[in-house]
Amino acid sequence: MSTRDLFTFRNSHFRTGVGITAAIFVVTAIAGFIVLPFAQPWVQFANIWDAICSAAGVPQRAAGVTAPEQAKRLSGVVLTSNTLSRPSQEAIGRGATLAQRCAICHGPTGVSRADSPNLAGQYAAVIYKELHDFRSGARTNAVMSPFAVNLTDQEIADLSNYYAYLPRLPAYHPTPQLPKPNIVIYGAPMRGIAPCGSCHGSLDNKTGSPWLEGQSEAYMKAQLHAFASGERRNDISQQMRNIARAMTPQEIEQAAAYYASQPPDVVKAVD
Amino acid sequence: MLVNRKLILAHFWLAFAVFGIALTLGAWQMFIRSPIGTWLSNPELYYRSLTAHGTVMGYVFPTLVAMAFGYAISESALQQRLVGVRWAWAGFWLIVAGSVMAVIPIALGRASVLYTFYPPLIGNVFYYLGVVLVVVGSWIWVALMSVNLRVWRKANPGAPVPLAMFANVAGSYLWAWTAVGAALELLLQIIPVAAGLKATIDAGLARVFFSWTLHAIVYFWLMPTYIAYYTIVPRAIGGRVYSDSMARISFILFLVVAMPIGMHHTFGDPQVGAGFKFIHSAFTALVALPTLLTVFTICASVEIAARLRGGRGMFGWIGALPWDNPMMLALAFSFVMLGFGGAGGLINMSYQLDASIHNTQWITGHFHLIFGGAIVIMYFAIAYDLWPHLTGRELIDLRLMRTQLWLWFIGMIVTTFPWHWVGILGMPRRMAYFDFGDPAIAPQALSVTLSAIGGFILLASGIMFIVILARGMRAPQADAGPYRFALAVHQPTTVPVALNTHALWVALMIGLTLTNYGYPILNLALSSGTSVPAVYVGAQ
Repeated sequence: MSTRDLFTFRNSHFRTGVGITAAIFVVTAIAGFIVLPFAQPWVQFANIWDAICSAAGVPQRAAGVTAPEQAKRLSGVVLTSNTLSRPSQEAIGRGATLAQRCAICHGPTGVSRADSPNLAGQYAAVIYKELHDFRSGARTNAVMSPFAVNLTDQEIADLSNYYAYLPRLPAYHPTPQLPKPNIVIYGAPMRGIAPCGSCHGSLDNKTGSPWLEGQSEAYMKAQLHAFASGERRNDISQQMRNIARAMTPQEIEQAAAYYASQPPDVVKAVD
Repeated sequence: MLVNRKLILAHFWLAFAVFGIALTLGAWQMFIRSPIGTWLSNPELYYRSLTAHGTVMGYVFPTLVAMAFGYAISESALQQRLVGVRWAWAGFWLIVAGSVMAVIPIALGRASVLYTFYPPLIGNVFYYLGVVLVVVGSWIWVALMSVNLRVWRKANPGAPVPLAMFANVAGSYLWAWTAVGAALELLLQIIPVAAGLKATIDAGLARVFFSWTLHAIVYFWLMPTYIAYYTIVPRAIGGRVYSDSMARISFILFLVVAMPIGMHHTFGDPQVGAGFKFIHSAFTALVALPTLLTVFTICASVEIAARLRGGRGMFGWIGALPWDNPMMLALAFSFVMLGFGGAGGLINMSYQLDASIHNTQWITGHFHLIFGGAIVIMYFAIAYDLWPHLTGRELIDLRLMRTQLWLWFIGMIVTTFPWHWVGILGMPRRMAYFDFGDPAIAPQALSVTLSAIGGFILLASGIMFIVILARGMRAPQADAGPYRFALAVHQPTTVPVALNTHALWVALMIGLTLTNYGYPILNLALSSGTSVPAVYVGAQ
């Protein structure tokens, strides 16, 4: 007896095997695609085909419903870990010229004396994202927004490359280094707060997250409060808003004070 | 007739060596996450270890055991020298190369993506290429099992294929087809991104592909265990297999229904339609059938042995069983763990009950109990049973073997029962750190501590296992005779072609894959705008 005698309906094993399998499939399909969708009183289907498409997961737009208008602009920047990873010397040079207009707040060497962020050696992707967000209005600031609004894509990329190229310098008034607070190294798992260090360096760095060592304490505190209140909202998945909302005022103080006291040369080098 | 003993021993030793390393990592993970360990302050190290543990225990260890056992079955059940020995060695070295290639990026922290890959997380491309090499090496074994059976059939036209080989080839076909899901995910989706050719990935589609592999792989792990239930245990305890046909039907059922059920792993995923989730849930219920058939047949086979030994009465025969025989002990422990684990599995597969334990520590407890418990304890038994035939030396220390099996059983219960419990209380899985000082989870500290202690009992048992086998390599020489498999009460003289070949069942397996996976995969693959930016591990 060969397999030729097997794959025929004359063979009882073939009949039974295929028959039972097909029957189970048909019964479960009827239950899953027709009976159960209609068993949900809170969902209305136009007809059977509508129910089947819904159960099969066919993407569909609900009729007559328009997407709610966004009250505020959202960040539209797409970053990958390769964004601006291979800058040319020319791009850095053009960035250096453009950066002269930034020096009044961010310092001629990219280190600020005015509680603005230190940009020297910041990751290029970070500056790139923030400038785009200031330009599009996803992030607003009375001083920064007018500067950003007229920048071209090329200028933003050049500025980002220039600042990323600068050496990281110690902050202007270094304070004694503070011990690591729990919020930085452990986070608060029960409140859904990951350790700061798991994105902002020291443990790991995630694309788009700045390093924070030696940044102005006042600036970091202000940003955490802005995230918590929803005033700042250019974190695309609300990751910083969710974290800042769950942080206690003491934790915000501790995190800002800790990072401000660290020298920036401990930040991991960019690949 | 075991001719290529070196080949089989090489597979077993590599399997048990990597098992020892991964077991140590596992015990360390239990400890460092528990209240008795001091937190590392670096979750990355934990996930690095977790990736190594899962990759070895999921891909390398069981595959090597199935391959070693498969080669041994092919030679001894078919009474024929292995055809394609050079290919078999090539497969072995591919697995060695693949394992080394995968472990280096893990150790460097460039591939902490866990063995389930979890795109859009993307690790170093060599990690994935290493996994691909391991799978390709095992596919050589699949082909060899098929070729060897074909050669035997030519020499013995129409004769019933020995049960052990029939089941072994069924297992190899199941593996060949189930590995296709992860292979598609790796080759079409992940490796292009990891190699820098693309920067976005459709994570939902990747999860569907992985679910294709993720559930049936469990039944591939299970196959050697079930083959041992049917073809080793009855012989080892002096009984007979109650029914040869029942055994064949069980293996056939695994082939057909183990595959189209993986979406019960994606109950929480929005990209899969509810109708398909229901179908997969219903087919998952069916996969309990071959296990129930097996439990019935093996209990009956064991009862035959007991009555042959003079056991009497409704339950009195249980006392007449050879409880000092490690094989008997392993079977009993395996069944107890299979019972608890299987009951937990029924909860996981049902859409509603799953909602309360989805992504909690319950799931990790569940698969450790089933795989690490019910399945791996029979791997130990298989090794103990085969070792004298492979080494030509006696394994004399039965007492140490019994202690080892007891410790593994106790360790696994102590580890996994509290693990299930904290899952019910809502403790999430895949977390590197828990703050047990927080009043919300302080009551779970005791359970987690117990689990960690269980982990160390398992580690002790694993070390004993390796010591027993290593000592077996040096014991005095003794001829163990030919390696035999259990006979059935009614040894088959003719078997219907459907129960003697795999073609019909492989066709049904592929057919059900198309009906149950075809539309969801096409739908996601053809929809635009479903990809998200990749998140590169360790990238800045």
